[in-house]
Amino acid sequence: MKHEIFEHDIIIVGAGGAGLRAAIAAAEHAEHLSIALISKVYPMRSHTVSAEGGAAGVMRDNDSEDTHAKDTIFGSDFLADQDAVEILVREAPGELIQLEHWGCPWSRDPDGRISVRPFGGMTVNRTVFAADKTGFHMLHALFQTSLKYDAIVRYDECFVTSLLTDDGRVRGVTNLNLYTGKVQIVMAKSVIICTGGGGRAFPFTTNAAIKTGDGMALAYRAGVGLKDMEFVQYHPTGLPGTGILITEASRGEGGWLINKHGHRYLQDYGLGPATDTPTHRKMELGPRDILSRCHMQEHQKGNTFEGPYGHYLHLDLRHLGEELIDSKLPFVRELTRNYVGIDPVVDPIPVRPVVHYMMGGIHTDTDGKTSLEGLYAAGECACVSINGANRLGSNSLTELLVFGARAGRSAAEFALNQPSPLKSPIDLLAGDEQKRLDDNFLKKEGGTEKVAGLRQEMQIAMEDGVGIYRNEGDMRKTCDTLQSLRERFANIRIEDDTSIFNTERTVALELDFTLDVAETIANSALQRTESRGSHNRIDYPERDDENYLKHSLAFRAPGGPPKIEHFPVTITRWEPEERKY
Amino acid sequence: MSEETITLNVTRYRHEKDRAPFIQSYQVPYREDWVVLDALNHIKDELDGTLSYRWSCRMGVCGSCGMMVNGEPKLTCSAFLRDYRPGEIRVEPLENFPVIRDLVIDMSGFMDKLTSVQPWIIREKEKPVSEGEYLQTPDQLDAYQQYSQCINCLLCYSACPIFGLETDFIGPAAIALAYRYNLDSRDEGSHRRNDVITDVNGVWECTFVGECSVVCPKHVDPAAAIQKLKVETVSGMVRGFLMPWSRK
Repeated sequence: MKHEIFEHDIIIVGAGGAGLRAAIAAAEHAEHLSIALISKVYPMRSHTVSAEGGAAGVMRDNDSEDTHAKDTIFGSDFLADQDAVEILVREAPGELIQLEHWGCPWSRDPDGRISVRPFGGMTVNRTVFAADKTGFHMLHALFQTSLKYDAIVRYDECFVTSLLTDDGRVRGVTNLNLYTGKVQIVMAKSVIICTGGGGRAFPFTTNAAIKTGDGMALAYRAGVGLKDMEFVQYHPTGLPGTGILITEASRGEGGWLINKHGHRYLQDYGLGPATDTPTHRKMELGPRDILSRCHMQEHQKGNTFEGPYGHYLHLDLRHLGEELIDSKLPFVRELTRNYVGIDPVVDPIPVRPVVHYMMGGIHTDTDGKTSLEGLYAAGECACVSINGANRLGSNSLTELLVFGARAGRSAAEFALNQPSPLKSPIDLLAGDEQKRLDDNFLKKEGGTEKVAGLRQEMQIAMEDGVGIYRNEGDMRKTCDTLQSLRERFANIRIEDDTSIFNTERTVALELDFTLDVAETIANSALQRTESRGSHNRIDYPERDDENYLKHSLAFRAPGGPPKIEHFPVTITRWEPEERKY
Repeated sequence: MSEETITLNVTRYRHEKDRAPFIQSYQVPYREDWVVLDALNHIKDELDGTLSYRWSCRMGVCGSCGMMVNGEPKLTCSAFLRDYRPGEIRVEPLENFPVIRDLVIDMSGFMDKLTSVQPWIIREKEKPVSEGEYLQTPDQLDAYQQYSQCINCLLCYSACPIFGLETDFIGPAAIALAYRYNLDSRDEGSHRRNDVITDVNGVWECTFVGECSVVCPKHVDPAAAIQKLKVETVSGMVRGFLMPWSRK
């Protein structure tokens, strides 16, 4: 079959915050570069839109890059690479101001300067925000700004199915155009993956439906290692049932977490004293991994409420008053009114920990470069790593700006120095991919397994084995379940044989990717016999720097579980110490 | 006890198979806290995998899941089954747009309109990042904040009778966004945008029906933006005629 072929200098897969920032950086790096921006949704639908609280950066004289770095490294339980963190904190303020120049409506102080608010695990107010719709405003500012660059060519609603690699380097991608149902070839000299996380591997998540780990799986299948996949962040305050995020900014502004006895329970876990107004890094401003564990311990002690969707605790904002809630947390009020029918001005909000963020991802260096020549990654799908074993809230929006821009510039620089790829091997490679897609998805015949059923079984297995508390037995069971789901996936049933906007196919393609990502999470977790950050093992409760001050790296091993390797963390100036708040 | 159910009558259309759109009925479990989108997801996962529609964040901010629900444009992630019970619920693709398939509409025209109004900060001279932020007081922020809340869900286009007749009309969301940038204290590009939005397909098409503002889930009030732009561009034209040097 002859494929439609498009040629560009750079391809960016994913058009959320990182992808758009990378596209603009590439467009500004050199004239005459042609940049393909491919997304399975329209850019403004990307999940960056749901980020609420803010983006961290040193904005004031009472703050310093070293303090931001120290907080981030400490929060990461010393698994972050310190060279990467130093770059993050150095470039963060410039990126936040750049966004301001591009029209992002940052909230302001009376004198007109960009406001900063406190956030979990940070010692100073350094989180820049746009009320509590920071991600929404950042995404739209980036998207609208991207429209002025003719060099950026969008492929909206195109689903990338594979990376085309040849002779040890990436040559392009294959693309399922949702409007035609046809597979297209897009060729380029460099490719940047910016597809975000994969929270949909779990049953309760703040993540949107599209967060299925596609880009991580694309790189993994092309032989690139996925780093630190065992580290999955639970956000302590999601709405029960839906998993909708209630921003950490609600605690930054002074909200309290309260158990069923009306007690601010965090003081019982060494996070006190319980002051009335927020104190940096204490109580409700503790880091997310610890707060999520405290919730589970309260549940063990019988101090949680029981509702139709299981246990929950209360996030109380009532004492903040209507005026502050409306000016700083309007979206929280909108969400709780709409989805739980309560008004935070007069009622406490029911919350529980929900899967929120993947610290792990595609292994890159500080320029976003991967081990595959020409392939780059940035944002949540990548692992530089600045987040280590636990990300601090408001570092991820900054990360996608800083490392999105860096990846965009380095992929552009790489493309400038490369000849155009030859078309002949591309046709052959695309032929193989077409056959794989036809056999398994597009012309799939027979089959008995329901995709939605397999997805549900995967999600339950993930919650059971690699949730907030982990142990060897449960993790082994999860690894086995995932292996058998992978086998059963070969027998899926796809009833719809039409081509135009066939979403039965795309959900199957997504689950195919998510299963890969889930396997790397569970197997990397099983291999790490210590507790660190979000990875908490009841059979190995202590941190073990002697053996595990190391990143994990999961490689695909055909027919079996991933192969896990480890390599040392980069330490520059901050020696590991006990992580105590 | 038998479980309570509710009926969804959903528009189906697959060009390759169907000569014309038709209605397919599905019985789904009734849940007090379910929205129409939950019911559609139930259909897709349990009853009929061939149904296609767009959705993502399910929290009213990505703008993907706009559809007609009982004849009104709604975000289906925010339309609760309980508000329609015990009646049946009719789910159709957003009105005034070509249908690609089932509940999926073609929004490529809107994307072109968005670009045409130049929704980005325009300045004669850019300040280098090293010189820091543009100061903007909370009052200056308030001046445009409401118009910056648009999630591009297209409910307003679906409600707009003018757009229904005249698909070239730039329309409520894109005009409101142009106005948002015009009002931004950092921007110097309103004359460039106004050239577009006062052209034949711009604000003058609007007869101030106001339905766009009624259906907007984010209270952007595009109708107000359009009316204010009419006033401003007229007075701008008069001023420009009398005092040509005053043109921003």
